[in-house]
Amino acid sequence: MDNVQGKPDLKNRRDFLKYLLSAGVLGFAASVIYPVLSYLKPPKQSEVEVTSVSAGKLSDFPKDSGKIIRFGNKPVLVVYSADGNLHALSAECTHLGCTVQFRKDLDLIWCACHNGKYDLNGRNISGPPPRPLTPFKVIVKAGEIFISKMA
Amino acid sequence: MKNYFKCLYNWIDERVQLEDLVKFMGKKYVPVHRHSIWYYFGGVSLFFFIIQVTTGILLLFYYKGSSDLAFESVQFIMSKVQFGWLVRSIHAWAANLFILSAFVHMFSVYFEKAYRKPREMTWITGMLMFFMCLGFGFSGYLLPWNTLSFFATKVGTDIAGNVPIIGGPLKVFIRGGDDVTGATLSRLFGFHVALFPGIFTILLGIHLILIQRQGISEPVHFSEKPASEKKTMPFFPNFLLRDLLLWLIVLNVLAILAVFLPADLGIKANPFASAPAGIKPEWYFLFMFQSLKYFPSHILFADGETVGILLFGAAGVLWLLIPFWDRKSSRGEQNRFVNYLGLFAVIFIIILTFLGWLS
Ligand code: FES
Repeated sequence: MDNVQGKPDLKNRRDFLKYLLSAGVLGFAASVIYPVLSYLKPPKQSEVEVTSVSAGKLSDFPKDSGKIIRFGNKPVLVVYSADGNLHALSAECTHLGCTVQFRKDLDLIWCACHNGKYDLNGRNISGPPPRPLTPFKVIVKAGEIFISKMA
Repeated sequence: MKNYFKCLYNWIDERVQLEDLVKFMGKKYVPVHRHSIWYYFGGVSLFFFIIQVTTGILLLFYYKGSSDLAFESVQFIMSKVQFGWLVRSIHAWAANLFILSAFVHMFSVYFEKAYRKPREMTWITGMLMFFMCLGFGFSGYLLPWNTLSFFATKVGTDIAGNVPIIGGPLKVFIRGGDDVTGATLSRLFGFHVALFPGIFTILLGIHLILIQRQGISEPVHFSEKPASEKKTMPFFPNFLLRDLLLWLIVLNVLAILAVFLPADLGIKANPFASAPAGIKPEWYFLFMFQSLKYFPSHILFADGETVGILLFGAAGVLWLLIPFWDRKSSRGEQNRFVNYLGLFAVIFIIILTFLGWLS
């Protein structure tokens, strides 16, 4: 150490090397960590944009019942109510994302996970759900039910 | 026969000086007092870990970690593979008992204040392993890919998504996408069988080395006694043999549970079916889950659930760091506050678990 202090340019040179080394280590770490983190981030799958989905024939759909259909990769609940109205709502509970169901006995939409309840228009009426279910558009064309996103 | 062992021992001893190790072990003592029983739960937890690794490897020979095949492969293990049902059942039961014994071990260390200086690092590694146990439980639960586990994972990851700022990315990271899908299964499978066991083994190594280096902690009331009144027991062989005997008992209990109450499989998960009634997390998450229910949906401007999660997070951090803020115990003084806090935690967990179980 003594002779280093005696020769300032040697000390500078050593500092310089130290910086170079730490920069190298940092650069190396970054070049390892960055690809790993990027790798772990799931790639966005290019979803086929679904605009409209068939929910089957109206004549095959008993009144006062509900069924879940696939809308892209999301579940949608279609309810044919006792008074003859069709409702289509996102089936993902707004609380913690369980899939809801139509309860004939209650004439309500019910989430089994924490007993959340919605009316047939998707309004959250009791239990933990904080928001209403997103509604979808329903049209009947030539006896077939079509579900599409609300404009 | 004895001669062969002697020969083998000498052969190894000549090369690595086993003599030192035996001497070292011979000098280790375990304090004997009215709370000595609790010393055994660390060893029991270790035993469960060994069982989990063994049965886990056995399951890996047949399990397939993809959403199309997972359920069927578990079904195959349970119906076609000889003793497959037993192996899976043991794995499922041992997981529960593992967490139970880790709970007991943690609380006994807490109440004995064994975390106090100089054993802070032992406590921290232990707590990290405890959190990992919960992670093992959560990730392993999804692997059979049945309806219950599918929705439990959905709800669990959704709760994680409520954490401010990091919640969103965290949820996507765990799920491997926006929804719980086959990608989630692959991820949790990777965590469960590779990442977690690797990290856990390192932590366990540190934990055990620290215990060997520092010896077993004496509770405050014990260390105050004069040396002549301290009753101790040699670690080797007395304590070790007792521990092994307990392992044998535990193994029997495990076998009885696994045989008479085998783990069932349920119905294959279908992302496009309604959630069945009775979705509940595993019992060790139940107390948190149940308490979240009591939070109103809005507290001031914040989402009630978010507040609840933050409170649990803060409590966890406080608990993890106890060796650093409980200075009194490190000085060898009584700290009643810590006792009451621990008591409160135990009672809180028991009551809420019970309430959650009833509902
Ligand atoms: S997820 Fe539907 S009520 Fe909680």
